[in-house]
Order: sequence, then structure tokens, then C-alpha cells
Amino acid sequence: MPGKPLATIISAGLSKFGRREGLYARELFAEAALAAFSRVEKLDPAKDIKAAFIGQMSEAYEHQAHNAPIESSWAGVFPAPAMRVENACASSGSALRCGIMAIMSGLYDIVMVGGVEKMTNQPTPEVTGILATASDYPFEQWNGMTFPGLFALMATAHMHEYGTTEEQMAAVAVKNHKNGSLNPKAHMQKEVSMDEVLKSRVVSWPLKLYDCSLITDGASVVILSKPKLAKKFSDNYVHIIGTGQAQDTFCLHERESLTTIKAAKTAAQDAYKMADIKPRDVNVAELHDCFTIAEIIGYEDLGFCKPGQGGKYIESGATALNGTLPVNTSGGLKSKGHPVGATGTAQIHELYLQLTGQADRRQVADAKVGLAHNLGGSGATAVVHILKGS
Amino acid sequence: MSELPDPTIEAFYKYVSERKLMAARCVRCHHVMVPPRNVCPNCRNTQVEWVELSPRGKLVTYTIVHVAPPQFKHMTPYAVGIVEMSEGVKVPSIIRTSRLESLKIGMQLEVDFSPKPQESGWPQWPRYFFKETE
Repeated sequence: MPGKPLATIISAGLSKFGRREGLYARELFAEAALAAFSRVEKLDPAKDIKAAFIGQMSEAYEHQAHNAPIESSWAGVFPAPAMRVENACASSGSALRCGIMAIMSGLYDIVMVGGVEKMTNQPTPEVTGILATASDYPFEQWNGMTFPGLFALMATAHMHEYGTTEEQMAAVAVKNHKNGSLNPKAHMQKEVSMDEVLKSRVVSWPLKLYDCSLITDGASVVILSKPKLAKKFSDNYVHIIGTGQAQDTFCLHERESLTTIKAAKTAAQDAYKMADIKPRDVNVAELHDCFTIAEIIGYEDLGFCKPGQGGKYIESGATALNGTLPVNTSGGLKSKGHPVGATGTAQIHELYLQLTGQADRRQVADAKVGLAHNLGGSGATAVVHILKGS
Repeated sequence: MSELPDPTIEAFYKYVSERKLMAARCVRCHHVMVPPRNVCPNCRNTQVEWVELSPRGKLVTYTIVHVAPPQFKHMTPYAVGIVEMSEGVKVPSIIRTSRLESLKIGMQLEVDFSPKPQESGWPQWPRYFFKETE
């Protein structure tokens, strides 16, 4: 039934994002889980949580696979089954969907979903190489393409087709850093000026250092329950009323259009339909700003503005903290940081705070409906979730 | 039975070693595919044939990579792009030019080939790349 709760978020937690020297992924995950558990005293994690779905992208950082049982048990959720979900940067958005499906199937009443990535123990060229593994090896990586490179290819096409400017992309960075400066858990709690963004060194033209999200360590956790059970654990819960996930061609060059991410459009349409809402009903959104151009294309794909108008939309101020539709109040991947596997449920954590009135200095007044947009790779995976405050 | 190899990535790069840029074409809907594969993503037909692509194409989009993974670091800054061939298929490629600033969307490029690199590691293939037309 449209608009009906699918599953309910009874709590969420985030580790501090940043360069977390001396800490392993499992330890970061436990930090996020304990933050989530501290909000629901009536929950006995070891007894009540029946399964865990954990997003994590790469074994290469810590020479460690089979991560989910390690991380789940470090958080004290043991011996419940634990599964790793890997969809590159959409790993924990996808893990959340698995959690929703597990609840909806009736198999479990309460599950833990989350994500983690420990990245800063590797030097930047190695991280660039590890991230590139989420693109096609024989055709993209072999041809010298990097992740910033793939999004830069979309940026160049968007500039050519619609006249989008480097200043408009920079405006996304300026906005998200401003929001991030208000988030005590953000990696880079620092404002940046338009000039600093435009003058930062080129990573993959037209994208510069400040157009790129951060290499960050961090973890996020969300506790889901059957909607009917939520009240038993908390008065401050948020319903998930829409979920959508879709695929696009794995390689960027195979897409008809290089200025839109079709999977995001499809995922959004499915989620809107399920939630029985329109884009204009969204009050606060977390978008996958892995690169500034991705937020601009995201506005268009989610129907917040018309195709090609994303650059003008950011300029209008609509998505600023005091705008009509604040986007990335957390600081986004840009300023909060992008520990790849943690990102999807970190977005959900921010929406949980917003919709339960716990977002402090970055609180959006009267936020009732939130949307999260999580991309994997160059958009071969896109996940959209719609949340509603209780 | 045709003597042509199956539409695999290995076969694609074997053709590259023979200085041929090949694609798979669906026998039913004529959709042209790079990478080659057995199942047509357009109509799900499983009969595909090899076609040699014309040597020239048009630059659809590009970027200039300054931060690269270790194996490409020695080339920075270098250009990569997406080239649309006259058969309608697009291919990703390194764009070799001594004048990075002269790259423009819509410009004509032509394909060229370089031998398999001597580096170790798996897997390694010969390379196709595009350059400005002479």
C-alpha cells in the first residue's frame, strides 16, 4: 500500500569521521553501533538483534575479507548471522535494502544495518587504485580511468550540453563545507570559499581537489524494526516508506546519455511511487556528492529541478541550509567524508537526526520527509530511500 | 560454424594485438557492443558476430587526469575520453596528444595501437588508443 511504513528506524549511530589513526574497521564499526545502542536503552543488542547487514567495499585496505562477522561481533551482536553487502559506494544503501527486505519478509523483527571503511592507512595513489576497482577493469581501468575521471567525463559532458560551469560545481562544495562545519562528526569541519575551491589543484579536469569527496575512516549503523514494534523501544523513530534500487550499464561509455544517471532516476521513481509522494514533498535530502557534479546531476535525476538545470538550482540557494530543500545538511560526502562502505547508512543517520529533531545547529525546521540518494561506482547501482518522521 | 572466436574480452584484445578494433554485433537487432559479450543487452539475443570498427571516431567527452593510480602515474597529466564510432558504438580510451589544451568535444580522432606492456601483474593486454587525425 503506498505510503505504508516498510520498516522503522528505532535508532542510528555514527562514528566520528576522519583520519582515525590506530583504529581498525571493526573498531570504528563498534563505535558507531554503540552510539546507536545508547539511544535505545530498552534494546538488548545481543538478544534482540537477529541479523546484521554490513556494507564495506574493499578488502585491500586492511587485507581483510569476511568482514561482517568480525564487525558485528565487535559490536556485541553475536552469534546472530552477519552478512557483508558490497556495491561499491552504494554498499550500505544496498545493505539497508537487504535489512528492509529481511524485516518485510517476516523472518526477523529487528536487524542491524550499517557500513564501514578504513581508508587512510593507504597513500592516495593506492586509494585511487582501490576505488578504481569499482569500475570496469578491462575497459575503464585499463584505459587509465579513475573515479574522479569517470565523474569528470560526466562533468565535461554536462558543461558542454547545458553550459554548467566550474563555479556552479564549486558552489556545491562551498555549501556542503558550510554545513559540515556545523557537524561535530564531520571529517572536515571547515568552510571553504569559492576562490579556494576554484584554485585548488586539478585532480581530473574539470574536477579539482575541493570538488572531490574525502578519503575518510568511518562507520555508520541503523537499527531497523518491524513498524509495529518500534514503540516498544523508542518514542523517537522514523519510518522508511519508500525504497528503490536500480542498475545502469556498468561501463559509463555504454550509456545513451552521459549527463544523467538512469539508475538513480529509476530508483527514485520506484521509491516515490512506493512512498506515494512527489519530489516537492521532500523537506530534507542527503545526496551522493562523491564529486560536486554528482550532486548537480542528482538534483535533476531526483526531480528537484529539470534536466540540465542543476547548475542553476544550486546557484538559486534552494538547497542551502535555509533554502526550500536543504541538501546534505550533514556536510555530505564532500565535508563529512566518504568512508565508502559507511556512506549509505551515514546518510540515513543524518535523516534520522533531522526527522527526530536531533540535528542541533543544522536542524531543518519542521522536517517531516527525508530522501537519501546513494550511488555505486559511476552509477551502475543507485539506491534511493524515503523516510518519514513519526 | 564460423571460424571466428567467441565474443570474449580475451579475443577482443587478441584482435587489438593484430591492430584491429573490433566489436560484437547482435545478429538480430544489430546493437554493437564494446565490451563484446554473448547476450545482447538490447534484445537478449545470444547470437552475436564480430565487426571491425572504422578507424575514426568523434570525441564525445573527455577529462585530463592529474591524480592517477600507481601504474599510470608516470603518464600524468594524460587525457581519457569516450569516442563515438561511425557504427554508433562508443568506446573508452586514452587520448594521446602533445597538446592537451587542444582537445574539444566533437573533434575527430583516429585509433592507433601499442604493444602489450612489459609490466608484470595480471592481466595485461596490448592497448588501443586514440589520437588526433593527421
